[in-house]
This record gives sequence, structure tokens and C-alpha cells, in this order.
Amino acid sequence: MQNSAVVTINHLLKQFPVGGDYFTALKDVTLSFARGEFTGLVGPSGSGKTTLLNIIGGLDSPTEGTVDVLGKVLDNTSHGDRALLRRKHMGFIFQSYNLLPVYTVFENVELPLILNKVEEKEREKMVKEAVEWVGLTDKLNSRPAMLSGGECQRTAIARAIVHKPELILADEPTANLDAENSHHIMKIMTGLNRELSTSFIFATHDEKIMAYLRRIIHLDDGQISEDERIEHPQG
Amino acid sequence: MIKFLTKGILRDRSRSLIPVLVVTLTVAMIVFFQGFLTGILNSMFLDSAVVSTGHVKVTTRAYEEESQLLPNDLALLGSQQMMAELSGQYADHFWTPRITFGGLLDVPDEQGETRAQGPAVAFGLDLFSAGSRQIEIWELERRLVEGRLPAKPEEALLSSKLADRLGVRLGESVTFIGSTMHGAFTTFNFSVTGTFNLKMGPVDKNMMLVDISGARLALDMDDAASEILGYKNSLYYEDEEAVAMRTDYNLNHSDSTNIFSPTMLALRDANQMGMMVDFSMAAMAIMGAIFLIIVMIVLWNMGLMNGLRRYGEIGMRLAIGESKGQVFRSMIVESVIIGFIGTVIGTGIGLGLTYYMQEVGLDYSEALEGLTSTNIIMSNVFYAQVTPELFYIGFIPGVLATVLGTMLAGRAIYKREMAQLFKELET
Ligand SMILES: Nc1ncnc2c1ncn2[C@@H]1O[C@H](COP(=O)(O)OP(=O)(O)OP(=O)(O)O)[C@@H](O)[C@H]1O
Ligand SMILES: [Mg+2]
Repeated sequence: MQNSAVVTINHLLKQFPVGGDYFTALKDVTLSFARGEFTGLVGPSGSGKTTLLNIIGGLDSPTEGTVDVLGKVLDNTSHGDRALLRRKHMGFIFQSYNLLPVYTVFENVELPLILNKVEEKEREKMVKEAVEWVGLTDKLNSRPAMLSGGECQRTAIARAIVHKPELILADEPTANLDAENSHHIMKIMTGLNRELSTSFIFATHDEKIMAYLRRIIHLDDGQISEDERIEHPQG
Repeated sequence: MIKFLTKGILRDRSRSLIPVLVVTLTVAMIVFFQGFLTGILNSMFLDSAVVSTGHVKVTTRAYEEESQLLPNDLALLGSQQMMAELSGQYADHFWTPRITFGGLLDVPDEQGETRAQGPAVAFGLDLFSAGSRQIEIWELERRLVEGRLPAKPEEALLSSKLADRLGVRLGESVTFIGSTMHGAFTTFNFSVTGTFNLKMGPVDKNMMLVDISGARLALDMDDAASEILGYKNSLYYEDEEAVAMRTDYNLNHSDSTNIFSPTMLALRDANQMGMMVDFSMAAMAIMGAIFLIIVMIVLWNMGLMNGLRRYGEIGMRLAIGESKGQVFRSMIVESVIIGFIGTVIGTGIGLGLTYYMQEVGLDYSEALEGLTSTNIIMSNVFYAQVTPELFYIGFIPGVLATVLGTMLAGRAIYKREMAQLFKELET
């Protein structure tokens, strides 16, 4: 792994077929993220933030260029390998929390561990730890329907961190939350970033998030218009 | 993982209830129809076997050729020995001789003049021998309308229809007028000890039942029999077995150059019965296939709707690192669980209904008594029948259809681009 970069992107081009033509969503993107970064992709709607996150997560593939994630060149890997990479080393957080409604907080957080075939005893320990991080210990046996939006998102964060991934991708994690809950969640994530050196990449246009970021990459029309470092972020 | 999925299915009733219900209902219907059809067909086969064909029967080639005429001059001789041979060779069957004969019944008044007269078809059955199951399989005790069973060779039972028509009362005697096996004119007096009703439509319109010893006296048929009928000990007709047995017997015993040599016939060889046997098998197969397709289509559609509702879940699972194949497989596992639950409940309900119809039955008397043809021997009351296969027959369509339906629906996952599935997360 060269200079401990978590993600390295070179001359990335992403086009979507639209009718008989192509729509260019990302153009000549060259970027790298170091371990432990707390970075945001910022830009107007349609600028390509989600597309870039999906490509980093291996959920979508580049049209041209190379994407190297956690030492693996995504182009050369199979669907299964990419799924494995996500399962072991990445966590996802979405705008809509995507919790499974029939399962409790505990079970929702447990799912990635079941997929990773972690033993039951060990699972319980890890789930409790993750839930403690997000401050939901008293809601372990609640179903999502009984939780507030903020609590749902905290559950989703616990699910994303339970297997201690190196990289967390978060797409508009605060879009459905009020100011208080947004700050609460950002504090949780900065804490995780500090204590576990988990790398975070956000896609957002929420001002509240930006205040916490240590690096902001501005996307405009599929291109990087500015790569900004912030010395003393809030939080 | 299976534990995790089962927990989900049991909790998410809204998602699993309807598929389970569909499987339950269709499986219950399959089980019940199967039980009902089996019941009807088996009772039809048994009725036919009891009254006319046996599961198999042995007669002479000549008698068989002209059997419509009841040609007792062509009957089997040495029936005693033949009975012994058949019993020895085919021990899972029981064998019984029978003389079927036709003639006029004459009812005299006090002066000995004819009071009433009419045609009759008489059956000389083995009612008296120890170990004979004729009274049992004819269910004579239950079907007796008045009086008692014959105890002597000269005693007879008349069907209540025949007795009514001739105006015969119990204890009176009737004179059979016909010919002996040697072609000589004969008369023979039977005393009527009882009347019966077979409840099989018009078959017993002209029927008289006597012991075979009485028939032998009347027709001068010592040690002879029109036919020797064989029944499976269990009373279930097994078509393949009966056909194999008849083929084998005829190969070894029947001589095509000798019209008096014995020949064996299976139930399916009799009038229309072969068609019934084939029909019954085809009907069951077609029914099974139709149900299978219906369930599959219903579940396919439900699977699609469910799939749509669950794109969020599927996208999330892909994101946390399940592969498409894993998601697809876990949907299949879910469908197996759902199919299994539905099938178990459906089989229970179907068995319950079948059992009820086995005990109570469906009475068709009025419709059937109206028929005039005596060709079809069919009971007036349809009973369903609980057979061992009913316990597992639902599992094949129940689970298979659920799985196939889900697989069809699940193809959508494969067809869709991963990123597309993922897009649905955004909303
Ligand atoms: N599968 C697709 N097919 C065609 N066009 C697509 C597809 N996915 C994205 N696009 C287009 O690519 C562009 C970038 O989309 P993307 O979702 O990355 O934007 P975004 O920056 O996340 O916007 P938002 O802030 O609204 O979430 C948009 O114009 C979008 O319409
Ligand atoms: Mg977006």
C-alpha cells in the first residue's frame, strides 16, 4: 500500500448510457485519500458525488481510469471479491437509513457480522460495543419503527462500524435529520475517526457537516473544482 | 443465517402471510381433491370388483367371449382344484367362485298360479364357507333392508327393487325358471329370506343373491363356476400388479387353441374400467400440474411485488457486502421456509377435510338412482379417502412452486445493474 493511501483514483471517467448517447457524470478525476482522513465531497445536486462514492465502494465501475481501494485495483476484481472487500473492510451509511424493519437494533447491527461468519459470542460483544459508541444501549431490543430519525441513523452508523472497517462511505447521512441530531451524529463520527482512525468519505451539501470536515473536495459538473484542507475544524 | 431469516419471516407477517396463505389454500385443495378422487375411484373400483369383475378373475376363454349371455354351458369345471391352485400361487389375493345366471322368476299365489313374473339376474356367491369374505365385501349386513341372510342353499335375497316389482314378501317362495349348464329346462324354488339395496344406482334392479351351493343345485353345476374372482387382500386395486399377474397367468395357463382353457382378466380389461383407470391417473396428474402452475404464477407476482418493496433492503445488503448470489440464495431459502410452512398447514387442513368426507361422505342417491344404464357400477355415496400419500403429496407443488415463483421474481435482481438497485436506496 503506497504511502498509506486508502483510496487512489487516477483519471477516472464515468459515463452513463442515456438513450443512444452518453452522459458524462465524472470526468478526469484524480484523487487520493490517506488513512484516517475525514473528507467531504461537496457540490450541487447532480455534480457526481453519489456516483463517485459508489465507484469507490465497488458498487459501480469506472468507464475509464483506475480506482485502487485498500490495496486492490477494483477493475481487476470480480463482483464477489468486491462484495468481500465491502463486507470486511468498508461500511456504508445512507440518507435513508435502510434498517430492516422486522429486526431489532441488535439484529440490524448484527447482520454484517453474520455475513462475516463471526461467532455468536463474539458477535454479541461487538454489537454491544458498536451500539455503545452511538449511545443506543438502552434501545437494543427496539424495532426501527419505535425509534426517532436520529436514533435510526445512529443504528445505521453502528451497523456500518460494527465490523471495524477501515473506510466508511456516507452519502448525505444528515439529510433527513434536524440540526441537533445532525451535530450529534457528526460528533459520533469524528470520535470514531479519532479513536479508531477509521477513514470517512462523505457526500454532502449540508453546511453542518462541512464544519466538521478536515478536507473538502468540491465537485462541479463531474470535475474537481477545488481540493481544500481545513486546519482547525469544529468538533 | 437461516435462523436470522426465519426470525424475519415469522415477524414480518404482512410479508409472509399472503404467500403462506396461498400455499396453504392450494395445498389444502390438492390434498383434499386427491383424497376425494382417490376415495371415489377406489370405491368405484371396489364396487365394480365386488359386483362383477374382481380385481382379477379367471374364466374359460369361451365363457369370456360370450359373457354377456351368461353362458354357463361354457363354465369352468373342477373349480375346487383351481381355487386351491390360485390360492397357492397368489397368496396376497383371496379367491372366490361365482355362478352368474339369468332366467325368469315366477311368484305363485296360493293356488300355484302365477301371481307375478319377471326377469332376474342371479349371483351364486360363496356365502357359507368358513373364511369367505363375500358377505364382508358385499357389505350385505349393512345393505340388508329387511329379513336375514340366507342360511341354506334354497334361500335367497332379492333386491328391494325386484321384490317390490314382483310383490314378494319375506318367507314367500319364488320359482326360478331357466336352463341347467347342460342346456336342460329347469325350475327351482328359492325361499326369500330378505331384501337388500346395494345403493349403487340401477345395478341391482333385477338382482337375486343365493349361495353358490343353491346355484349349483338349480343349474346342475357340481364343482363348476362361471368365474373365479380374485381380490387383493387389502381390497385396493393395483393396476400394474393386476395387469402383470394376468399377463403372466395367461402365458402359463391359457391355451389359445383350446376354448375351454382358463384365462385371467384384470379389472381394467372389463368394460370401460380400463378407461376409468387411465382417466383417474391422468386426472390426478393434470390436477397437480394445474395447481403447480397457478401457485407458481401467483407467487411469482407476489415475489415481484415483494422484491420491489424490498429493493431498499436488497441494496443495503449489497452495500454491506453480500453478493447478488447470496441475496438471491437467501430469498430462495426464505421461499423454501414459506413454502414449507404453507404446505404443512395446508396438508393439515386438506387431511382434515378429507377425513371429514371419509367419515361423512357425499350422498348422490337421487341423481344416480335416476340413471338407467347398469353398465357403470358406482356407489351412491362418495367417500373421500385418507391415504398415506396425502401426507406428502402437497410438498412437491407447495415447496416447488414457491421456489420457482421466487426464482422467477429473483431474476430481476440479476437483470438489474447493481448501481441501479443501489439508486433505489436514495429514495
Ligand atoms: N444510472 C444512471 N444512468 C444515467 N444517469 C445517471 C445514473 N446515475 C447518475 N446519473 C446522472 O449522473 C449525474 C450525477 O449523479 P449523482 O447521483 O452522482 O449526483 P449527486 O451529486 O449525488 O447529486 P445529489 O446531490 O442530488 O445526490 C446526475 O446528472 C445523474 O442524473
Ligand atoms: Mg447523491
